[in-house]
Amino acid sequence: MWEFLSRLFGRENEGSKAAAKERLRLVLVHDRTSVSPYLLETLKEELLDVISKYMEIDQAGFEVNLEQGDDSMALVANIPIKEMKRALSKTKN
Amino acid sequence: MPGKALVITSGKGGVGKTTATANLGLGLALRGHKVALVDSDTGLRNLDVVMGLENRIVYDLVDVIEGNCRLAQALIRDKRTRNLVLLPTAQSKEKDAVKPEQMKELVKQLKEEFDYILVDSPAGIEHGFRNAVAGADEAIIVTTPEVAAVRDADRIIGLLEASGLYDPSLIVNRVRPDMVRRGDMMDITDIIDILAIPLLGVVPDDEGIIVSTNRGEPVVLNGRCRSGEAFGNIVRRLEGEEVPFLDLRGDGIFEKLKRLVGLR
Ligand SMILES: Nc1ncnc2c1ncn2[C@@H]1O[C@H](COP(=O)(O)OP(=O)(O)OP(=O)(O)O)[C@@H](O)[C@H]1O
Ligand SMILES: [Mg+2]
Repeated sequence: MWEFLSRLFGRENEGSKAAAKERLRLVLVHDRTSVSPYLLETLKEELLDVISKYMEIDQAGFEVNLEQGDDSMALVANIPIKEMKRALSKTKN
Repeated sequence: MPGKALVITSGKGGVGKTTATANLGLGLALRGHKVALVDSDTGLRNLDVVMGLENRIVYDLVDVIEGNCRLAQALIRDKRTRNLVLLPTAQSKEKDAVKPEQMKELVKQLKEEFDYILVDSPAGIEHGFRNAVAGADEAIIVTTPEVAAVRDADRIIGLLEASGLYDPSLIVNRVRPDMVRRGDMMDITDIIDILAIPLLGVVPDDEGIIVSTNRGEPVVLNGRCRSGEAFGNIVRRLEGEEVPFLDLRGDGIFEKLKRLVGLR
């Protein structure tokens, strides 16, 4: 009865459609670029190796994802750093 | 002027390709066009049964290709209209009994005599798919509002482009207005946003389709049932007419009330 009333008054509870859309969006990002989640993970590890030569990365917050824009695709990385490596900052100064 | 060859394809199986081919073919023929339907699902012949023509088959597509008969001998005339023929495929042969170049040649021959050639594609992306698209000028993709079907449709769009078939159009089949309304099914705009191809039609999920398939009488013959009306609209869009899409949401409680009190 409550369900009926809430629907009658247009209170949309979020159905499974939202989940379908989001899962489809994610899976298509990978399909379209033919980048598998595995490949992305490997890329992430190699990125980590390279960047770690120069800075100390906060590994827990390190994220690399493919994102679908309106009509383009982007590789978006979020790389929190703890500190610059001392040796390097010295040569810079 | 040679006719136009359309391939009806989907990637995922069981989404309604054969049903759509039968209905669009019969619909076009009833409106005066000369139509040839080609079943390219070799080994899993279906279109003959959906059309109710299974008892008339003597030769098939593989016979034509192997030279056992002439093309004209294998074309089965429809029992409802003289404008429609069906080229059935072989039930007991492998898919690779036919090569894409042979399909292309065959469709080319049909285009000389018919206005529309509709090729019913098998599910999948392998040999049978490549045969089905070989002679096509345009593609129609059929999907249902489900994650797996839309995902496969997206893959098919890419594969069609790779074979030089750009701008396919989309039929969304088996839409359940009640589920869309309560937010449990992706709606048409969701799907079009994702696939980014033009919408050709929306067909509701309808028991009438099963009943009509049982009888071998495509539902387009029955304009009073919603799926029949939907296929009829698609036929007119194929002819270039602008036909508004059925409002499948108009069955909600408010709509029913409004109809009751004469607001619409
Ligand atoms: N709009 C609809 N409403 C209800 N049932 C439907 C609808 N469209 C198709 N069906 C049913 O779904 C089943 C599959 O349809 P169909 O054979 O046309 O799909 P297909 O894509 O050709 O399958 P395959 O990939 O096996 O060739 C059939 O039983 C058919 O009657
Ligand atoms: Mg089929």
